[in-house]
Amino acid sequence: MGFWNKGLIRNVDWWLVACYIVLIFIGWMNIYASIHSSGTESIFDLTGRSGKQFIWMGASIVSAILILTVINPRIYDSISLPVYLLTIVLLVAVIFLGTEVKGSRSWFEFGPIRFQPAEISKISTSLLIATVMSQFGFKMNRARDFLTVAAAILVPMLIIIAQSETGSALVYVGFIFVLYREGLSGWLIFLIGMFIALFILTLTASPYAAVMVLAIVASFCNSSYTGAMKRWWTAYLPAFAVLGGLPFLLDHIASVTGGEESFAGRTEPLYILLAACAAVIPFLLFRAYRKRKPFTLLAAGSFIAGVILVFSTEFIFENVLQDHQRQRIEVLLGMKEDPSGVGYNVNQSMIAIGSGGLAGKGFLHGTQTTYGFVPEQSTDFIFCTVGEEWGFLGAASVILIYVFLIGRIIVQSEKSTESFTRIYGYCVASCIFMHLFINIGMTMGIMPVIGIPLPFVSYGGSSLLAFTVLLFIFIALKANDRHNFR
Amino acid sequence: MTADRKDRLLIGLGIAAAILIGRLFVIQIIDTSYKIDASNNSMVYQTIYPTRGIIHDRNGKILVGNKITYDLIVTPKEVGEFDTLALCRVLGISEEFLREKMEDYYRNRRKIGYRSVVMLKQLSPETYLKFAEVAYRFPGFRGQERSVREYPFNAGGNLLGYVSEVDQKYIDRHKGEYTAGDYAGMTGIEAAREKELRGEKGYAIFLRNSHNKIESRYRNGEMDKEAIPGNDITATIDADLQKYGQMLMQNKVGSLVAIEPSTGEILTLVSSPGIDVDVLADFGSHYSDILNDPYKPMFNRAVQAPYPPGSVFKLVNGLIGMQEGVLTPETEYPCHMGYYFGNSRLGCHAHRSPLDLEESIMMSCNAYYCYVFRSILENGKYASIGEALDKWDEYVRSFGFGRKLGSDFPAELGGTIPDAAYYDKVYGDGAWKATTVISLSIGQGEIGCTPLHLANLCSTIANRGYYYIPHIIKDSGNVTIDSKYREKQFTLVDTSYFPVVVEGMYRAVNSGYGSGGTATVAAVKGLDICGKTGTAQNPRGDDNSVFICFAPKDNPKIAVAAYVEHGSFGARWAAPIASLLVEKYLSGEISSSRKYLETRVLEGNLMDKVKPE
Repeated sequence: MGFWNKGLIRNVDWWLVACYIVLIFIGWMNIYASIHSSGTESIFDLTGRSGKQFIWMGASIVSAILILTVINPRIYDSISLPVYLLTIVLLVAVIFLGTEVKGSRSWFEFGPIRFQPAEISKISTSLLIATVMSQFGFKMNRARDFLTVAAAILVPMLIIIAQSETGSALVYVGFIFVLYREGLSGWLIFLIGMFIALFILTLTASPYAAVMVLAIVASFCNSSYTGAMKRWWTAYLPAFAVLGGLPFLLDHIASVTGGEESFAGRTEPLYILLAACAAVIPFLLFRAYRKRKPFTLLAAGSFIAGVILVFSTEFIFENVLQDHQRQRIEVLLGMKEDPSGVGYNVNQSMIAIGSGGLAGKGFLHGTQTTYGFVPEQSTDFIFCTVGEEWGFLGAASVILIYVFLIGRIIVQSEKSTESFTRIYGYCVASCIFMHLFINIGMTMGIMPVIGIPLPFVSYGGSSLLAFTVLLFIFIALKANDRHNFR
Repeated sequence: MTADRKDRLLIGLGIAAAILIGRLFVIQIIDTSYKIDASNNSMVYQTIYPTRGIIHDRNGKILVGNKITYDLIVTPKEVGEFDTLALCRVLGISEEFLREKMEDYYRNRRKIGYRSVVMLKQLSPETYLKFAEVAYRFPGFRGQERSVREYPFNAGGNLLGYVSEVDQKYIDRHKGEYTAGDYAGMTGIEAAREKELRGEKGYAIFLRNSHNKIESRYRNGEMDKEAIPGNDITATIDADLQKYGQMLMQNKVGSLVAIEPSTGEILTLVSSPGIDVDVLADFGSHYSDILNDPYKPMFNRAVQAPYPPGSVFKLVNGLIGMQEGVLTPETEYPCHMGYYFGNSRLGCHAHRSPLDLEESIMMSCNAYYCYVFRSILENGKYASIGEALDKWDEYVRSFGFGRKLGSDFPAELGGTIPDAAYYDKVYGDGAWKATTVISLSIGQGEIGCTPLHLANLCSTIANRGYYYIPHIIKDSGNVTIDSKYREKQFTLVDTSYFPVVVEGMYRAVNSGYGSGGTATVAAVKGLDICGKTGTAQNPRGDDNSVFICFAPKDNPKIAVAAYVEHGSFGARWAAPIASLLVEKYLSGEISSSRKYLETRVLEGNLMDKVKPE
């Protein structure tokens, strides 16, 4: 094909390329820093991880150049479906043919090279989403269109969950931002967020508190949406105040009238609350039906779904989640304290980052990450090394580089004249964002321990290569933009 | 609509970034606790082990001391290429052993991480010096000083006890006091006085750099803690006597206990066969041999074996009879080769008849004590025989029988003395009479007492009516013993009844050959030994040979109990052994006229009479 684009130098977004180059070099240095105590002499030593990463960096840059110069970006739109289907085949095949690594079958092994189909799947899914949604006449609010996109996202996600790689599957949740950008109702995101909050609230506080919060939020949304805020302030809020005081009141009565055995002592406040709701909801629904207010129906439906979730939380937690996932959530929510068990990694990781202080200990002078206190220090926990040796200034800068990269992708996507490019760009931004937030959040104890890499920085060839391809397809698409008016 | 959705997403991105950077700010700048934890991570605490307290004997001889050995420590992460053959040669180990160890470390490399592990324990200083000269060739290997037990005197294996590395069970039992790698006393004095002997561990703090190399001492060692050595302890044991006692008991199964009557201090406590001190020093490697030994050398017969006392117990019955008023020193009973009741007979040996109390002790007449015991039980004072037996039981217990004496020796057992309730259970309520239990009169039947009990009985008679609780630790330096060991323990028998018993014991030994005295073999000129023989039935074979004695008669210095399983008559083995021990203690050597006896005892071997369990 040759050089299909004469204006390449002018049209490539050099800001993105610069961010990319900076990040992979930061990764390389920190991989060296995290392993140099174990006898690796030089950063280029090919027996060490930094040397291997250097080779992968070379391979990635070559791939990036090929994507920019050789491959015509026009073909992505047309090959996305076959590529997607091929990836699905690989994803399924790996369950049966893959090598088992740390309890999950998600790796193919060819001699010295290992790769995870899940890495490719991010690219192929992004391409397919872009293809589907950029089709002429696609409407997010039309059920058939929405279900097509949802299936494109959910199929690889579910297969990956079947591989016991729940962490990698979580990244796909990020595609919801793309759907939002393309017109999905914001209420859906709100609903999902709400349900996650309910799940956590039920586990950490009590089902009573969860249902209480659910009722307040549902009624508030309903009232504000239907323009009946006055009634909310005068009727709902006092009612909630009374109900909120109910457990304390019952406790008090029980202690006055004679302990656990009395009527008050045996009454569960939760059931009183639910009885009150059950009395009010039919009345509300009837009025909504009379006055044609579909939102109220929706709110009531969500409320009932939420209550069911609250009651099934324990079941999900005990029976659906796997042991290690349950433990990780328990540790994250502070329900269990175990600095040497599941929480050990996080605790050591936070110690390492915390000991960096403002300016850090300096390149290769970290003590925590180099002793092997932090496990997986060159892969998933690479940010510890950054935090310890480069301090707050360095670590915050790294985060800001990512934010700039993601923000730049979004802005460039918006500027694009082609909806394929725009949607693909949003997919790329979402992927990088999910990895960034989960990975760094995990090292600082605000996310459960989910083994996903930090894009461009973590050690690992297939991950680096996949992110490079993911990003440079966008750069290529964008560079080609103006010359391909439809 | 779409434009402001882009902005909302960008704002969301900004918020997410703010959360991450805010969190970063909190743990790196605001919260200092992570920095403190980090410094703990990079400090290396090296334990300094204290030297264990020394155990002296009553004369200041060292029974248990310490010697320096070295443990070879490996830090697998620091081990590079090295000459395995040279290392094996220096340490005297086989190549396979080293290879296995290194492979083991490699397999467990994740678990071991940057820590050090012990590869070889207790290298001798000579071996260590050889290693130290070439240590530079073996990075990752180093020696750690460690003091271990040394026994300059081959005496008292069983009573000293052994020291070994604590296991997980031991650590759990003593919450917070021990960690893996510590040593603790497991039996004997080492266990009983663990708290005094062990001392306090210290530590030295080092800093490591980011290459995991120890860089320097933390603040020049000002935060280090010195190890505090354990307290020395003085035992009441006489090391020479203990050693001599062990020689006398060699190749015999049984026990030999000597007590100083005026203090209750245990001079000698032999359980044979016992544990050699060489074995104690390296207990771990002999452990399975000891467990599998059919003669159970770990079993301390002196304080744990409940034996029937045999005729020695007649002394107790005689004293009780006098106290109860059913017997006077002048009371005479006939004996014609035994005591007849109903169609039964309790046999006796040939001697003249009738006998009075002194003579009954001297000649150990069985019939005499059947009469005595029967009159104790069939006493009109009491409503029933049961009540009389309970009274008798009470007397016997006041001598320390049937219960733990309360010595400071661990694992002491109490033995058994029957009471009325016991026989009611065996024969039915009231369905037994004096003749049913008549064998109690001569120390047979349902009586079990340890050699320590017998020695204590001897000590009580030597003191004419009281004893001090036998004990094995003396006051010294920082160690004081319980005040109960300084209190006289009186029996329920009046002290005025004891002299006649002492006289009988004197005559048993010193009446000369042919007089009918049972223990004339124990006589030593000028020592005034008073003794009583016993021959206890042993259902597993030949009778047990028993002898208790004290000397001199006035102001006794030593009271001894000897118990030899399957030794037949008391005069055959137990009496010579006990009297030789007394002679050794009081005279310092064995007189030439008794050398033949010493030779006979030292050469005597009764092991083939014993059927191991």
